[in-house]
Amino acid sequence: MTVAKFNTVITPLTQWVNLQQPLDFTAYCQVGGYQAAKIALTEYQAHEVLEIVKNSGLKGRGGAGFPTGMKWSFVPMYAPEDKNAPDNKYLIANADEMEPGTFKDRLLLEGAPHQLVEAMIIAAYTIGANKAYIFLRGEYHLAAKRLQQAIDEAYQHQWLGDNIQGSQFSLNLYLHCSAGRYICGEETALINALEGKRANPRAKPPFPQVSGLFGKPTIVNNVETLCNLPHILKNGIDWFQGLAPNSDAGTKIYGACGRVKKPGLWELPMGVTLREVLYQHAGGMQAGLAFRGLLPGGASTDFLVAEHLDTPMDYDSIAKVGSRLGTGGLIVLDDKNCPVAMVLNLMRFFAQESCGYCTPCRDGTPWAVEVLARIEQGQGRIQDLDTLSKLCDFMWIGKTHCALAPGAVEPLRSALKYFHDDFLQHIEHGCCHYNPSAIAKRRQVAQSSVQAVTTSSNMTGSANE
Amino acid sequence: MMNKELAMNSIDTVTIDYQTYLSAAEIAAIEHEVSIMETRDAAGIEALKVVQAHRGWISDDSLFAISDLLAMPIAQLEGVATFYNLIYRQPVGQYVIHVCDSIACHLMGYEAVLIAIKQHLAIDYGQTTADGKFTLLSNACLGCCDKAPAMMVGTEHYQNLTPASAVAVLAQLAAKGEADDCS
Repeated sequence: MTVAKFNTVITPLTQWVNLQQPLDFTAYCQVGGYQAAKIALTEYQAHEVLEIVKNSGLKGRGGAGFPTGMKWSFVPMYAPEDKNAPDNKYLIANADEMEPGTFKDRLLLEGAPHQLVEAMIIAAYTIGANKAYIFLRGEYHLAAKRLQQAIDEAYQHQWLGDNIQGSQFSLNLYLHCSAGRYICGEETALINALEGKRANPRAKPPFPQVSGLFGKPTIVNNVETLCNLPHILKNGIDWFQGLAPNSDAGTKIYGACGRVKKPGLWELPMGVTLREVLYQHAGGMQAGLAFRGLLPGGASTDFLVAEHLDTPMDYDSIAKVGSRLGTGGLIVLDDKNCPVAMVLNLMRFFAQESCGYCTPCRDGTPWAVEVLARIEQGQGRIQDLDTLSKLCDFMWIGKTHCALAPGAVEPLRSALKYFHDDFLQHIEHGCCHYNPSAIAKRRQVAQSSVQAVTTSSNMTGSANE
Repeated sequence: MMNKELAMNSIDTVTIDYQTYLSAAEIAAIEHEVSIMETRDAAGIEALKVVQAHRGWISDDSLFAISDLLAMPIAQLEGVATFYNLIYRQPVGQYVIHVCDSIACHLMGYEAVLIAIKQHLAIDYGQTTADGKFTLLSNACLGCCDKAPAMMVGTEHYQNLTPASAVAVLAQLAAKGEADDCS
């Protein structure tokens, strides 16, 4: 099922994105919208779609990079007459985009809402879910408005509801707007949030694919991951794999923020180099600034530095140099911003957003904030560096309930490695060299103590007279 | 004797009848949210948002009324209410300002914007101006990283802020608020 005319498309996800005025139902259909959903419902059995997605090599774009087809294959499938079948299964689009430095899903949600609706029809059909939710972060008000419009239109045109387009498949899709908490992006916390509970992550197993929302089989997929589905179905596996130069398939929406010339988002072949994103697309550093390092995929990834710039931005290559592709959003550090202050800002975020369920995270993240703040303010001690290293160990994978604390560790441990001299300088000189007011204050203190010494020696002198 | 002691030691429980406390519009909106979930308590967060949209914030009485309507334990609902940044458990001003304090805004110098806002309104984080117009809060990453620094006021996002432009936005809103009061 390969349609030749689509094979020239190299930016499938963003080709129809329009932030000013997203395509409504009619306009979306005119550019080929809902054709893929039609192909899925009329030409394929659910297990055939699953095979296509498996073979396409699509991996989760939310950060973990888990193969999407494999994730779906853990959902138990039942014959229609099977008495053991659960009364429902669920599909959830994870649109709780709150990873600092990440803003790619916002583009897809605000710019092409029908694409997500169509993608969810295909995904729900494949796993046999009749109810689906879009879990949207509370701050994305414009996205909420546009998604609800798209959902309403899809119902009007029988792309949602009972017996979609006269088929045997029914799907109800609802929009849920959250109220601002990072941990809700963790899939089991998200499920607790949807159930009306405090959104602490759940213990795994059982995995959501078997026992998720309301105890029923549930798939949670990132927005960008889902949006690939219509294009894979329409254009075929070979086209999808041909988009990327390396082992990973498809495109990726990369981003860049910080003091670069042109911060923004670009849909590029999966596996372009860091250098290409940073210099060719983001335009390099702003005038007068030099590159120090970057987090390649959001706040919870390890720093990479100049020597890594030729690394392809795919899951394996970034992992090989000691970081994670994460969300693909570069956070770029320049030479006029303090690396210690940057890590402190990140750690404050993680401490604030920790759900408080497990001790290493609840106590470890604020402890790291305290130590980092002390160092940044020039009150640090040399043994603080050991404390930070120990905290990185206490909060690492296997010692915490979920991935939040290990995520918090990643920028810290890599900063200790690549910006060790900066940490030392803060401690040895008792101030932050990136902060002019701190240096001025220190000079003032130094001068006033010199004056004090001079005055007191004068006084001593006068007393002697 | 024994019974009296027990009675004295018993905990006073508060119940607020939702039908007398909540408006018909609030109840209808919450029941709609209930209808798309599998259980009543799953609509807890939506119910909090509905009542907050009508009343500005979630008082203890609102919390009790919602728990009555959804037939869910008050502790569970309070656990949900206090978990989220955008549910206000204290009174807030007409406009709630959420200044993004995450990494992209930090690298782009949001601190200067924050200082300008604090000076302009003469309030700190968590406070409301004396005229009840503005409340100042922080917010984790607003997803405006390519247009940092950013803030959210009500449902509007303001991007590429400078200290001057942020103050101008607030001045404009204050003027608009006064115009609304006159009409």
